[in-house]
Amino acid sequence: MGIVSPGFQGRPRSSGPELPPGQYLTEDFPVLSAGPTPRVPMDRWEFVITTETSREHRWTWAELMALPSETPTVDLHCVTKWSKLGTTWQGVSLDTLMSDVDTAADYAFVHSYGGYTTNLPLADLLDGQAWVAYKFDGDDLAPAHGGPARLLVPHLYLWKSAKWVRGIQLRFDDEPGFWETAGYHDYGDPWREQRYQGD
Amino acid sequence: MARAAIPGRLTWRVGKLAEARAETPTARTLVLDVPGWPGHLAGQHVDVRLTAEDGYSTQRSYSIASSADGERVELTIQAVPDGEVSPYLVQTFSPGDPVELRGPVGGWFVWRTSGMDPVLLIAGGSGIVPLMAMIRARRAAGSRVPFRLIYSVRTPDDVYYADELRRRVRDDAGLDVTFVYTRAVPDGWPHPPRRVGVADVNTNGWPPALTPDCYVCGPTAFVETVADILVALGHDPRRVRTERFGPTGG
Repeated sequence: MGIVSPGFQGRPRSSGPELPPGQYLTEDFPVLSAGPTPRVPMDRWEFVITTETSREHRWTWAELMALPSETPTVDLHCVTKWSKLGTTWQGVSLDTLMSDVDTAADYAFVHSYGGYTTNLPLADLLDGQAWVAYKFDGDDLAPAHGGPARLLVPHLYLWKSAKWVRGIQLRFDDEPGFWETAGYHDYGDPWREQRYQGD
Repeated sequence: MARAAIPGRLTWRVGKLAEARAETPTARTLVLDVPGWPGHLAGQHVDVRLTAEDGYSTQRSYSIASSADGERVELTIQAVPDGEVSPYLVQTFSPGDPVELRGPVGGWFVWRTSGMDPVLLIAGGSGIVPLMAMIRARRAAGSRVPFRLIYSVRTPDDVYYADELRRRVRDDAGLDVTFVYTRAVPDGWPHPPRRVGVADVNTNGWPPALTPDCYVCGPTAFVETVADILVALGHDPRRVRTERFGPTGG
């Protein structure tokens, strides 16, 4: 237990759903990003998976829309401490996008329009754990929240769910991304409170 | 985007409130003594952890307001209505009381005193806090990098660091400050309240050709608007760094 803060009560203890350590519940959907929101013309939008042998698998917006989609309802946990529960999305599972991709890579390096990057093990993108999401709560995903499409990997802190996703490089080695290079954790499991390097 | 690195593991430290200063009726600066504090860059933040007697604890992130100064760290906290942590820090937390914190955190929304390019700071409300750290760091380092601050506030009473900003504009060569009032203006102000627009940024910022480093901090809608304006005026998006204070900062 930490040092007691004299006179601090905190919110009434609820018997509600358990949150990861250090997180608090919000009903809002706060926005966090490091720079201006990029605007991507839909006719030039593309999503590319590049394998470790430089083989490219490419989808235009129309091609992405033509793929079977899923509507996961998931909890979001942001490293800035807020959690938002029961959010519903629509998007294409990475299992679908990876189905024709031949790879022996262990890691994924995700890159976005605007230059953002993040890294995670490839295994965390598979088996129903990740989507390229383009709708939130039934509406087109707003640019400030990553529209037209963002990665959604809800079992990791939300910075791994790269907004404005443009592609994924599959790699043998784990290359740190934007926040990871700035001191944030390489994996980012909220239930183990892996916020920063060394956590 | 460029890369930035901060090394090492972040451990929880116990700070003690040395003194507190009211900035506005709802915001207070906490001057903390934090033994072992490793120093910080202007623009970084800390995680603060409060623990109640029954062991319940909760955390929030707050920007650091001060430039690096030994083991002293200043935070300016806005009390969020119905917030869980900020009303405690603004109203209850008293000199001598301990608080746990760890940091500094964040290696992107920072200004380094080695910087040579002109700097444009655009603050909305409590978004002034990390930008004030940059103004203070510039002064502490004796930097001559030209700084411009555009500070949007609701009313003259909502200005943080009002006396210090007046003093710095007078004494810190190369620092310009422009206020934009959104609800009420001071007596004799040349125009009615308004929001920051293209003209404000164009007139009181830097031309894109000077390749300024731009820092925008405030509520989400403010940051979205201002960042879009900067890009539309021709600023390189990679030189526009943003930090948002959401409505859930409580």
